[in-house]
Amino acid sequence: MTHDHDHDHDHDHHHGHDHDHPHDHGPFQPDIKEPTEEWEFLEIAMRELLIQKGIITAREVEDMLEEWDGKVPENGARVVARAWTDPAFKARLLADGNAGVQEMGMDVPGLKLVVLENTPKVHHTVVCTLCSCYPRTILGLPPLWYKSRAYRSRTVREPRAVLAEFGTQLPDSVEVRVVDSTADCRYLVLPMRPDGTDGWNEEQLARLATRDSMIGTAVALNPDGVRG
Amino acid sequence: MAAFEIGDAVKIRAEHPLQPQPIHIRTPWYLRGKHGVIERRFGDFHNPEQLSVGKYDLPEVTLYWVRFTMDELWAGEGTYGPNDSIVVEIYEHWLEPDDKARRAA
Repeated sequence: MTHDHDHDHDHDHHHGHDHDHPHDHGPFQPDIKEPTEEWEFLEIAMRELLIQKGIITAREVEDMLEEWDGKVPENGARVVARAWTDPAFKARLLADGNAGVQEMGMDVPGLKLVVLENTPKVHHTVVCTLCSCYPRTILGLPPLWYKSRAYRSRTVREPRAVLAEFGTQLPDSVEVRVVDSTADCRYLVLPMRPDGTDGWNEEQLARLATRDSMIGTAVALNPDGVRG
Repeated sequence: MAAFEIGDAVKIRAEHPLQPQPIHIRTPWYLRGKHGVIERRFGDFHNPEQLSVGKYDLPEVTLYWVRFTMDELWAGEGTYGPNDSIVVEIYEHWLEPDDKARRAA
């Protein structure tokens, strides 16, 4: 588990759990650190109680972790690639995101999936200023920066500066539309299909739809596999 | 029960509309008292501000996409382009008609 609190500084310091005890470790890589924070103990206590009371099993917890590790941005990239190659699918996806991804065996259960199409006129960027809402079943767990206070607070106020830090420069004529994910919707950005990809199949195209292009902090890769 | 139409000018309430004020709030502070326009309507949902305190049986409320200009929120104190905007999901109980905009129109 990593800390995702208090990352609202620009400087790059570590959060004080380095091994500073006096003896020598020798050449070994340190083991995963022992829990030290109150919330970590709370999680362990809760998990052990639920297992002791027979409400869940240890196996179920591990199965769930394994299942979540299998949810990766490549799933979202498959959706994007199909939308790039199949106009009828794209129309259905934009009209009803849940129904669209269900056609590909995915879902965003209990939430409304809204697909945001980037065009030469509008570039969508998604942020959750209140917490870390993210289409996890489509893109996997959010990157740490998505949950940082810096990203959450700055994206709504200085979106052009944040995008520039991601290497994304857009002309003033483009509307940067920041979408603050606060409630029952989850958002998948449909980036623009890169030029020079005529005749490419879905599998080839999916490699150009990166995680960041589906959050909207970047555009899709160009055909050479670099930023367009 | 939707009270607003797409294109309506609205104002986000400056004070929390529910009393006692819940500890779980889904309208970000930076929008309070700000003026926007209804962009889209998502249908009715249970209010998470009430769900969070175990009130599961209350009527659903309509959820909207409200669009704000950057100048309305930051008055030039930000890094944004002339056409940039913010859209946010807002539940109906946080919205009031924007009479000022209505008079202007």
